[in-house]
Amino acid sequence: MADEDEIILAELSDDDLVAQMHDDLYDGLKEEIEEAVHILLERKWQPYDILTKALVEGMRIVGIDFRDGILFVPEVLLAANAMKAGMFILKPLLVESGAPRMGKMVIGTVKGDIHDIGKNLVAMMMEGAGFEIIDLGINNSVDDYLNAVEKEKADILGMSALLTTTMPYMKVVIDTMQEKGIRDDYVVLVGGAPLNEEFAKAIGANSYCRDAAVAVETAKDYMSKRHNQL
Amino acid sequence: MSKFNKLLSEKTTLLADGATGTNLFNMGMEAGEAPELWNVDAPENIEKLYQFAVDSGSDLFLTNSFGGNASRMKLHNAQDRVYELNFAAAKLGRKVADASGREIIVAGSVGPTGEIMGAVGTLSHEDASDMFYEQAVALMEGGCDLLWLETISAPEEYLAAADAFARADAPWAGTMSFDTAGRTMMGLKPADLVQLIKGIENKPLAFGANCGVGAADLLRTISGFADARKELDLDIPIISKGNAGIPKYVEGAIVYDGTPELMGNYAIMARNLGASIIGGCCGTMPEHLVAMRKSLDTIPAGPRPSFEDIEAALGGFSSKTDGTGEAAPARRNRRRG
Repeated sequence: MADEDEIILAELSDDDLVAQMHDDLYDGLKEEIEEAVHILLERKWQPYDILTKALVEGMRIVGIDFRDGILFVPEVLLAANAMKAGMFILKPLLVESGAPRMGKMVIGTVKGDIHDIGKNLVAMMMEGAGFEIIDLGINNSVDDYLNAVEKEKADILGMSALLTTTMPYMKVVIDTMQEKGIRDDYVVLVGGAPLNEEFAKAIGANSYCRDAAVAVETAKDYMSKRHNQL
Repeated sequence: MSKFNKLLSEKTTLLADGATGTNLFNMGMEAGEAPELWNVDAPENIEKLYQFAVDSGSDLFLTNSFGGNASRMKLHNAQDRVYELNFAAAKLGRKVADASGREIIVAGSVGPTGEIMGAVGTLSHEDASDMFYEQAVALMEGGCDLLWLETISAPEEYLAAADAFARADAPWAGTMSFDTAGRTMMGLKPADLVQLIKGIENKPLAFGANCGVGAADLLRTISGFADARKELDLDIPIISKGNAGIPKYVEGAIVYDGTPELMGNYAIMARNLGASIIGGCCGTMPEHLVAMRKSLDTIPAGPRPSFEDIEAALGGFSSKTDGTGEAAPARRNRRRG
């Protein structure tokens, strides 16, 4: 159809606009997302509703197709970019309105490991899902992790490793948490190309996350369990 | 004719080398250390590494320069030592190859920059190409026979390297890693690499796949190359460098679960699928290479194995499809065009 690109966002009903936003996130269309966020704000939507119903839900769909090998890193980066632009508008309003927070995660690649594309993707997708992310970057020691989770009052500790030689360091971190009696204060998620379920279990992590989408779903699960306990 | 092509036409199948990292760690390298620094700080270990390949019967080995571009070396604050470290890697390789008493190809390993290129990235074509050029010149001046681009996932990066190698007037080969549901991290299918090479003016002498998931996945990728090469009429030899199985966590350390016997079978299947430069990647130790050499020398060529044959011999695939065929997952239908 010739007029396929001629969608006027402001003329769509709320439901259609939100569906369109899911599509536009999927396609990584930053300007369209910004415009749509402004339209919903003008229509007196709560910032928190825009975040969860439009942006987070849209990124959830992106995450599913990333997990299933339909979308790949370039598409996810574009989508995350568009999401970020929408978040940028909403962030001050969310703080103002005291919206509930999803949770806070400290994330970084372990000592000796300088590969960070996977870790960055997880951080982006977690942000896309509304989590607050403290990114420690690459090459983190036990102290780096433990100081950060304490200082930031994090809910989740995420560790990443790309090398088979660095992944055993995750166990050093978890063992230290055990020794200090703080292991159960945090959910520990691990990921990275050479890891698997079996390894995560062996070192005492809560879960292994195969990719960024799984990380988000797993983190959400743990957070809802935590809320239920309170 | 290049030395590489000459040896390949004489022998029809070349045995490449195995793991670099896994072997160096066994010699006491610490995780996080830059292996390239050993070219200068512990050259005896690097010679030993090269000698492993030579003694195992390899016709070709890669230099210890995988992370030797300015972008990677910067993480170790050694970005101004690119020439020195790459030159040293090549020079040690030349020395070991020349002392072997037979014809051995020294291939200058060039790995990814680790930066993201393209629309969403931070690294431009020009900057990437300049980094590859710097490394290329050092490796060739150090005595490499050709350059060996490996573990690439983005088409932009493959093209930037091809450009750099043209400027350096260096023959080259280039492989990508297909580690995500049969595609590269950036979503490239095996046929996409063949298509990409079709459009490159400075074509590689050989192309293929390295690393990725396990030996089985890698052979599925090789099968995809063989089909695409035929379909697109591209007459370039295929490289197959797979990992020795899958990493497993055993008593605090990581081991690859592929036995020498499995890698021997892998080598034969790779050849029967149409690969003519066959080697290993992570976890591939000298004993694996010896088994591969023996298989290639003693077992005659056979029919092309099916996916079922590969799974039966080497273990299952990591995903249902390699992104091609009717069962392959597709993008959702969008409202916009």
